[in-house]
Parts: sequence; structure tokens; C-alpha cells
Amino acid sequence: MLSYIIRRLFYAVPILIGVNLLTFTLFFVVNTPDDMARMQLGIKYVTPEAIEKWKVERGYDKPLLFNSEAEKLGKLTNTIFFEKSISMFVFEFGRSDDGRDIAREIKSRMMPSLAIALPVFVVGLLVYITFALLMVFFRATYIDFWGVVLCVALMSISSLFYIIVGQFLVSKLWHWVPISGYGTGLDATKFLVLPVLIGIITSAGSHIRWYRTIFLEEMNKEYVRTARAKGLSERIVLFRHVLKNALIPILTGAVVVVPLLFLGSLLVESFFGIPGLGSYTIDAINSQDFAIVRAMVFLGSMLYIVGLILTDISYTFVDPRIRLT
Amino acid sequence: MKISLIKFWLLIAIIVQLAACGEYSWNNPYAASDAGKNILYSVFSERPKHLDPVQSYSSNEIQFTAQIYEPPLQYHYLKRPFVLIPATAEKIPVVKYFDAEGNQLPDEAHSDDIAYSIYEISIKPGISFQPHPAFVMDEQGNWLYHVLSEDALTSIFKLSDFSYADTRELEAEDYVYQVKRLAHPRLHSPIYGLMADYIVGLKDYAVKLKHAEQNRPEDETYLDLRKYQLEGIQLIDKYTYSIKIHGKYPQFLYWLAMPFFAPIPWEADRFYSQPGLVQKNITLDWYPVGTGPYMLTENDPNLRMVLEKNPNFRDEYYPANGMSEDEKNGLLEDAGKKLPFIDKVVYTREKESIPRWNKFLQGYYDATGIGSDSFDQAVQLVGQGEATVTREMEEQGIRLETTVAVSTYYMGFNMLDPVVGGRDDRERESARKLRQAISIAVDYEEFISIFANGRGIPAQSPISPGIFGYRDGRAGINPIVYDWIGDQPQRKSIKAAKALLAEAGYPNGIDRKTGAPLILYFDVTARSSEDRSKLDWMRKQFQKLNIQLVVRSTDYNRFQDKIRKGNAQIFEWGWNADYPDPENFLFLLYGPQRKVGNSGENAVNYNNNEYNQLFEKMKNMENGSERQLIIDRMVEILRYDAPWLWGYHPKDYGLYHSWYQNVKPNRISNNNLKYFKIDANLREAKRQEWNRPVFWPIALISFILVISIIPAVRAFRRHESSVAIRAV
Repeated sequence: MLSYIIRRLFYAVPILIGVNLLTFTLFFVVNTPDDMARMQLGIKYVTPEAIEKWKVERGYDKPLLFNSEAEKLGKLTNTIFFEKSISMFVFEFGRSDDGRDIAREIKSRMMPSLAIALPVFVVGLLVYITFALLMVFFRATYIDFWGVVLCVALMSISSLFYIIVGQFLVSKLWHWVPISGYGTGLDATKFLVLPVLIGIITSAGSHIRWYRTIFLEEMNKEYVRTARAKGLSERIVLFRHVLKNALIPILTGAVVVVPLLFLGSLLVESFFGIPGLGSYTIDAINSQDFAIVRAMVFLGSMLYIVGLILTDISYTFVDPRIRLT
Repeated sequence: MKISLIKFWLLIAIIVQLAACGEYSWNNPYAASDAGKNILYSVFSERPKHLDPVQSYSSNEIQFTAQIYEPPLQYHYLKRPFVLIPATAEKIPVVKYFDAEGNQLPDEAHSDDIAYSIYEISIKPGISFQPHPAFVMDEQGNWLYHVLSEDALTSIFKLSDFSYADTRELEAEDYVYQVKRLAHPRLHSPIYGLMADYIVGLKDYAVKLKHAEQNRPEDETYLDLRKYQLEGIQLIDKYTYSIKIHGKYPQFLYWLAMPFFAPIPWEADRFYSQPGLVQKNITLDWYPVGTGPYMLTENDPNLRMVLEKNPNFRDEYYPANGMSEDEKNGLLEDAGKKLPFIDKVVYTREKESIPRWNKFLQGYYDATGIGSDSFDQAVQLVGQGEATVTREMEEQGIRLETTVAVSTYYMGFNMLDPVVGGRDDRERESARKLRQAISIAVDYEEFISIFANGRGIPAQSPISPGIFGYRDGRAGINPIVYDWIGDQPQRKSIKAAKALLAEAGYPNGIDRKTGAPLILYFDVTARSSEDRSKLDWMRKQFQKLNIQLVVRSTDYNRFQDKIRKGNAQIFEWGWNADYPDPENFLFLLYGPQRKVGNSGENAVNYNNNEYNQLFEKMKNMENGSERQLIIDRMVEILRYDAPWLWGYHPKDYGLYHSWYQNVKPNRISNNNLKYFKIDANLREAKRQEWNRPVFWPIALISFILVISIIPAVRAFRRHESSVAIRAV
């Protein structure tokens, strides 16, 4: 397994370079270093000299991808792309355009993002699986029918709607929890209840339906018929046999997102005033801070690759037939 | 089953009762221990980038820096038009003029004869900086925190982690130090370019510092500006310094009321230059050190920023006089009382307007602006279009404060464009008439009514109300666009616009020479659906003249690029004044300030010799009838040439709770926090009243859950007890 993991990690390097190159190209198609300087220096009284000085200080005065004036390898290394990308592979994200240490910012914002994403993930998973199993248990009854109808309805509504209605009902009308904000320690609980609840409801429709489909597929397999023939009750068949065998596709979807939980949610964090990484990324895009955008995209790609590796590893735990070589 | 249900409902009832007994509202976002305290709760939507007064310029930054830093001058809180008064200065500095040989000239000397102006500024003795670790010395008299070891840094993550803090007296040298920082090679002051043209020797000083920075030993991170002399600033004694500027520049006094000219102690600069602190994001750009009424004690711009009363703040008192209406509005009730009134200000970051608005209504924010989505809920127009709060707001004791901003939004015509600007005299004459016709056709009264909810007044020239040179009433109308009928201006008819269009060579919107319809291009950075409505409206305005308006929408970067290169034809732009002087508006059309070629602020590249000459004369004059006459003529030229479609001056609307007192809003002076007052007990009572938890939904939701579970349980039991084959 170790050799498999090492091999996968090596495969990740060209993928990360590719993602980095793509981000770099897309970003600089829209923004030039001059635009970035203007954004940072303000609109009024900005002189060309000030823009030049800003670019020189941050290394944005060099060519983007190819330096024709440099010699030999310098043609590639003495460029903005190389200088800004290489440090990321050793996790040195550098400083944002307003001079703040990006790694430190990521570290401090990771916890608020996790504080929402982790409960949404764990509680959500439990809720979705439970409801999906119940619908399968009562399949072909009115409970299953109305359950599917409800799922489709939940899927059809925008997450923004849940946020606005949730804030209106729970916070504004009924005064149960604060509309937005964030605290530390136990104080955070009152701020997290609503976003977590909304986070779970937002994804409920699609996840429950998906898990229901997985379970139904398993229900038609021969081992289920055998179990029934043995005289096992439907409850035992479902919770002991079907659930266990349906774990592989569930793991595929669930484990891969675990590392991404650190990156937070753009919309929920913004509306609930949670100072997480989602909100950090949005701010960086709005202020054209390439250093942060680059770091966050790199981090996102890396975590996604880690998620895929973790998924592969998790297969070996739930299915003894799988070996990673 | 029955017993379980009864237990369940009992539990619900107990929880509800317990919750109801507490006095603390469930939805209160603040700590229970802060209830009833003298704290102002405010909001910010965009995180500040810079809090170093030499770099910070945006309004979202200055709302903090203006409370912490004290430049020598400030604006009188109540008087209008705006009046400068001393802040830390003993008095308003008196300028002395000199010729090129250094001979002093009389005050009335002609500006052409004046080579230099010297402002001598004396500061009040006995003013102290806020407590700060940079000032701490050990028993041997060495700076305790100026050279921090790696061990010492391990336990430091924010400024409050330092065990000790000290202060020292404010000296003139601190002001000198800050002026030198304008040219610091590691800093980017937005006004460096402007000030380098005025402060004697600042350009050379920047070169000198750059050289010093390049030759600095690697282990020395602090660039001690005290070692390098700047010709244009002299330290006279402990409390006095002077600034020498080129020529005559009366507006310089206004700059002395901005944080750019606030004092920075060298100790702070030395302290913050340590690489270990920089790595931990502990910098002067993040943790300000000032003498002002407040100090920043918590800085998490992603979530919350907290200002607390500076225990070392000097003796300053609430103004004893103001305008005639101030007494009636209760703004003089605290006359003579020591400032500031509020102990602590909590700024919470709120990026979205909906939560911000709802939290204001719940009493968790003390004031708010009004977004377009909540405007109808908050404001109604009565009588002669006078704005007032709705009944719902009135019942909550919320009041509305309005003020005309010293800003202008306009539509610009690029004067380098052949169609709307013209290349030769004939084309220019045609383009002028075209611009005049469009000025009449685009109905900004309607625009303000539809898109700004009436929050604005149609502009008659670039100068906004409240600024010297602005004329009200009949004398103030733009005769190219309006007629004075009865006792109010009335926009000229479309017929008049069409006549001008025909004179311009486009009868009924058709180019007389080519026979082709006239097509104009409108460059915008539109994004939202509201923007689309605005653009549709704008097309309709041009359609009145049978002109086809093609909208060229682009992102903000490309838009700015077009303006800089002079590639736009018609565009919208705006300007917020830096200081209350007509020069700060009229320079936007001064020829040498053209964007193209000169990188100035004249976005339409307008260049009129007479106007330029009058501007040069006017800018150095004191306010008075002679200056007014020159401004009148300049405005007349502008109206005739119509390089801008004058647009409108926005009105700021703000809603304030009944416990929020001493509010007189304006956009010029930013250090107003010290005048505000809060009735914290009233606020607490209102919060309790407005935020009682509503319990019936808990019961309802529980009931629905139970009801929906019962059939499932019954179905489950039936399912479990069913048999595969029933005996017959």
C-alpha cells in the first residue's frame, strides 16, 4: 500500500503544476499586474511610478511565463509563474498583496470553516443514510413516495433561499439564534446551529435520493434474497447486510470531500459572517489578490488529491477483496 | 406510548419555561456580560487593507484610523460650511510666503511671486500616546521590546500578548517623522506623488531613502528616518515644526486634517520593523499607535474590530456652538463635556445586507445605511418629497438623518473622441451641441427617482452643495439644460434637444453627411440585474433623440484601462471630495490633469485654455467674492462646453436608533466617534422587548414530528408482523 501511496503522490505533482498553470493563465488573462497594483494602491492619485514600484517589490515586473531576455534556464525560471509557483510545493504561500502572511491566515481561518463543515458532514451523513434506509424500508409505500417528492422539492430550491428563509424564520421572527456572527469555544454554538442546519437541509434532497438508489440497487442482489430466504427480518437484512455492502459507493462520495471540508463554504460563510476560508477566497477574488487565489486553488487541488487517495485506502477497509499495489 | 408522549411534552414545557426565565435574549450575538455597557455596535463590510496612516485612504480604513490618529487639525463637528479648527495644534498655522531668494513676502503677495510657503505648526504640550509595548524600557533604560529574541517571540501572536505597555509625550518630531514616511521606500503612500510636487525636497528624499535602503546591512531591518534630513520639514523645538512647500497652496491646510499628517513615534516604527513580528502579521499597518480618543484593542478584520477608549487621551470637550438648528436638534446638550462619551466600539464584519438590516431592526446594531432592498420598508416620502421614516420605524424610535454628500456622479464624454469630442474646430462645435442635446435628454431627475430612491439632487455643475462656489436657486441652474419656471428649475424640452442635435449635424439622429443613424458607445462595468435596468433606461433616454446607444460592458480593470488610454466614448464616473474646497472638484476638468498623456484625474481629457488659466488663478485664492466670480465663470464655461453630463450629487441616508445621540453626519470629517453618545440602558430594555423568543413554533414542529412518526411506526409494526403466506 505504501508504494501505491507514494506513486499516487508523485502523480499528483504534474497535476498540481497543471492546475497552477491553469489558475495562473486564467487569472492573468483577466488581471494584469498593473491592475493588481491599482487595486491595492487605490484609485486616486496613483502615479505610474507608484505602480512600477509596487510591481518591482512583489516581483510582478517580470514576464509572465517566458523571459526572452534571460539566458538558458533563466528564460523559464526568471518569470512570475516560476517564482510564484515553486515555493508552494514546500507550502510557502508567501504574503498577500496587502502584506499579510497567507499561511498564518489560512491556519486561523481553517477552524471556523471546519466548525460548520464538519458537523454538516457528519450529522448530514447520518441523517441522509437514515432517511434513505427508511425510504427503502418503506419502499413502494406512501412514505417512500412522499419522501422522494420531498427530496425532489428540496433539490429544486436554491441554497440561498434556505439561508434567507432560515435567517428570517429562526432568527428574525422566532428569535432563537443570532442571525449571523461567530464566537469562540462554547459561545460559537449559538452561531453555528442555524448554518449547520441549513447546510444539512441544502444537500438533503440530492444525498438522500442518491443513497436510496444505492440501497435499492443492493436490495436486488442475490445475497439479499439469500438472507431473506434464511428467514431474517427485513430490518436485519437492511441494516446489517445491505448497509454494509452499500458502503463502497457511499465512501466514494464521502471520503473524497473530507479534506475539502477545510476550505469552507463560500455562500454560508458570507451570509452568516463566519470568518472561514470560503469567505477568504471570495475576498481575495474580489480584491484581485493573486497570491491568495493561487494559494487557495493549490490547497484545494492538493486536498482533493489527498481525498482521492484516502478514498482508495478506505476501500481496502470496507472490501477485503481490494488490494492497493 | 401515552406515558412517553406526556413525558415528551412535559420536557418541552420545562425547557421553554427555563428559557423564558432568563433575561438574556437567545439571538443576542454579543456576550451576556456586555449587556447595558456603554458600547457602540457598528458594522463594516469590507476588511481594511491598511491601517498605517501613511498608506490608508479608503473610507473603510479611515473610519478606524481617524479615531486613533490625530493630525494637527480637524473640522468643527457642527459648523457648516466646514471649518478647520486645531486638534493637537495650538492654533491654525499661519502661512508665511517667500520669494525664490528667501525673502518673506506680504500675505497679499501675488501667487506668481510666491516661491515657497512655510507652515509653522505648534502642538499642545502634555499630549500622550496610547499605551503600547514599543515605549517600554527596562530598569537600565534599554528598550524592552525593540530587539526580540526568537524565544521571546514564541509566546507572541498578537499585540496584546506583550506583558507591558507604556507611553510617552507627543512631540513635534513625531509629526516630522511621519511626513518623512511619505517617501519611505517600503511604503506606498497614495499621496506621495501629489505631495512630492509640493513639499520641498520630498522627491530627492525618496531617492536618498531608496539608496539608504539598498545599502542597509542585511541584519538591520529598521530604516531610521531621523538620520536623514528632509529639506521641506524642519523641527524647530520640542513642540514646533514647519513644513515648506513650493508656491502657494492654501488647500494644504486641509491635508493637515488628514491622517497622512498624523504623528508616528519612531519607537513604533523601530518596534514593528522586527522580522519576527512581521512574520506574525504584527505590523504598524495592522496595529496602529496614536494619540486619538480610541485605540484598536482587537483586530480580526475577518470578524470583528474593537476600539476602546484611550486612557491617555488629552482633554478635549464637546463643541459649545454650532449652527442654529443644532440646538433645536439637541446637538448642543453636551456642550463643554469631556470627550469621548463612548467607552468601547465593536465593529462586526457583515458582508451581506440582509443580516445587517435585520440585526439593526433587532437593536444589535445602533445605526445603518439603507440599501435599495429595504428602502421602502424604512423610508417614505411626504409633502414636498421630504423623506421620513415609515410608521414601522417610527414605532421602534428609529430616526432618519440625511446629508448631501460632497460627491458627484457624472456621465463623461471623452473629449478625444471624434464624435463626442471633435478633432478640429468644426467637429468640436458639432460635438459640443451633441453633448448639450444629450445633457437635456438624459433626465437625471427621473434617474434619481427610479434608481436612487430619491436620494440625490441633480447636479448643475461639478461643485457639490456645501462647498464654496456652489450656487443655489435660480443663480445656480445650468441654463443649457434648465429653464427657471415659477420658483424651480425645469428641464428643457426634448424639442430643444432635438434642435441642438440638428445643429450638431444629426437631424432626428441621422448623420447628415453619411445618412447613417447616429450610434454612440457607452462604456460600463455593469454586473447586476439592477445595472441592466439602468442601462435599459439609459438607452431610452438616448432613444428620445433617436440616437442608438450601444452598451460596451466590461470588467472594471478593462474599463479603467479604456479611460486611461482614452478609448472610451461615453462613460459614468464619480468623485468623492478629499476636502471641502471647489478646487478639489474643478481640478477634475483642468487640462494638465488629463488622463491621457498626463495620468491625471481629468477622465474626459477636457482642455480649455480659458478654464485652465482661471483654475490656476482660483486655486490659490482665499474664499471671497473675487474667487466666487472666477468660479462662476469657470462653471459657465463648463456648462457651455458640457464635457460632463452633470449627473447628481448623492444624498446619504442613515437610520439611527433612539439611544444613539449627537449624530450630525457628514463625509468630510471622519473623527466623529468621540462626539457620539449611547443610552445603553434604553438599548438593553429595547433589545429585551424586541427579541423575546417565540415558543409556539417549537411546539408546532414537535407536534408535526410526532404526527409524522406515528404512521411510520404503525407501518413498521405492520410490516414486521406481516407473514409471507397466510393460511386460508
